[in-house]
Amino acid sequence: MFLAQQKPLEEILKSLVGKKNIFILGCNGCAEAGGTAGEPQVLEMRRALERAGKEITGFSVVGFLCQKTLVQSSLQGKAQEVAAADSILAMSCGVGVQTVAAVSDKITHPACNTISLGKICGEWNVFERCRVCGDCVLDLTGGICPLTACPKFLLNGTCGGTTKEGKCEVDPEISCGWLLIYERLKKLGQLEKLQQINEPEDHSKMLPPKGLLLSGRCPVERGK
Amino acid sequence: MGLQESLASDKFVVTSEISPPKGTGVEEILANAELLRGRVDGINVSDLRSSIMRLGSLAVCHLLQEKGLEPILQMTCRDRNRLALQADLLSAAVLGIKNVLALTGDYASLGDHPQAKPVFDLDSVSLIRVIKKLEAGTDMVGNALSGRPKFFVGAVVNPGGNPVEAQIIKMEKKIRAGASFFQAQAVYDIGAFEKFMKRVAPLKVPVLAGIIPLKSAGMARFMSKNVAGVFVPELLIQKMAKAEDRVKTSIEIAADLIKELKGMCQGVHIMPIGWESKVPAVLDAANL
Repeated sequence: MFLAQQKPLEEILKSLVGKKNIFILGCNGCAEAGGTAGEPQVLEMRRALERAGKEITGFSVVGFLCQKTLVQSSLQGKAQEVAAADSILAMSCGVGVQTVAAVSDKITHPACNTISLGKICGEWNVFERCRVCGDCVLDLTGGICPLTACPKFLLNGTCGGTTKEGKCEVDPEISCGWLLIYERLKKLGQLEKLQQINEPEDHSKMLPPKGLLLSGRCPVERGK
Repeated sequence: MGLQESLASDKFVVTSEISPPKGTGVEEILANAELLRGRVDGINVSDLRSSIMRLGSLAVCHLLQEKGLEPILQMTCRDRNRLALQADLLSAAVLGIKNVLALTGDYASLGDHPQAKPVFDLDSVSLIRVIKKLEAGTDMVGNALSGRPKFFVGAVVNPGGNPVEAQIIKMEKKIRAGASFFQAQAVYDIGAFEKFMKRVAPLKVPVLAGIIPLKSAGMARFMSKNVAGVFVPELLIQKMAKAEDRVKTSIEIAADLIKELKGMCQGVHIMPIGWESKVPAVLDAANL
């Protein structure tokens, strides 16, 4: 699941300067679950933009804004409203914005900032737990990811910045990731794992395989 | 005598620290460094301390080197990826800089450019390993170098770390990676530091205890509350609060700490944080 956060209204309005007529797209996928682009948020955005003097030609909340076929048919169903718009405002993650831009001849404005892949690896909400690094070391760290739990992405243990309360000096709201790892390994009787010197991450593994970078795998793309 | 030789001898080693300016005006730090001539065994030059954009450590180390002083190049992993770190290490080597202190570094958002991209491509342990690889004649992935650098590598440890066991495990890793000496976070609680030193004694590596002169009771309280791993006993805070002459009391406290530390560790690392010009007085008071 992609996690997005709505941009401040001023930022959205700045992006829409000179665009009077707007068509709004919401998303009933992750963005709806994340509370940024369900129907209530779309309606709220419509009111906010109208108060700011914009003309809302129409809106649609698509099942998944990242699904080209769905987006295409939704925009076709609202062809007149879309045609009357200067711009489309997509209230989803970056993938949704790119999908809309790919199937429409209007400029697509993002209403959100995508902040995380969130629980793309599962249904365990709340915290980001995987950074899709391609070089997993969870067996060495007691099943707690040092890339998402430590702001410095440290792979070889704690820095000196754990507060007395066990928090991270970067952000007193979050627990020190390496303290959590230490405590987990201690509980498991596996503190010796901390003694291993881990290699720096191989960032070349972060690039997805070429086959995944090409979009030809998708039937909709092939049918073009 | 260089830092490496000093640490190999029986003497009580003293290092101190200067922080490059924000800008190109180096007169003041060079004057401060000059005050340390003959008084210390090495001078750390911090690497964008507190994540604040400043003049770089490498250039200032070079200036100290040219003046016949003994610089210790601090290198953090915050701002440079593995390519840039290795390149700067080679640059340091050709400039004749030998001592390198490898650190992870403060987080970028804590400084004056919170918008910066925090790099942390390597961490302190892997940086030390990379230094050792360069010394062995290859880059970190094994490509041969023409000409080998030679360094004397140090690292840091926080004796008040939470928990201290995790700090010691990391300290051991740094030693296995190739660290030859340690500079420690500021020490005010002698009892706690003594316990720490007993635990790390089997590691047989020189440790220089950190000394930060207290500038005021407020600063002491602030550090005790906010700096991870630092605890200032109430007695010292009260001494500063009641001081008629804060500078004099501060120097006395620092000198007393150094005297007490003398039997416990191989030396001290004095971090004056703005009070560079007072370091000689601290050394005088500590009979060093």
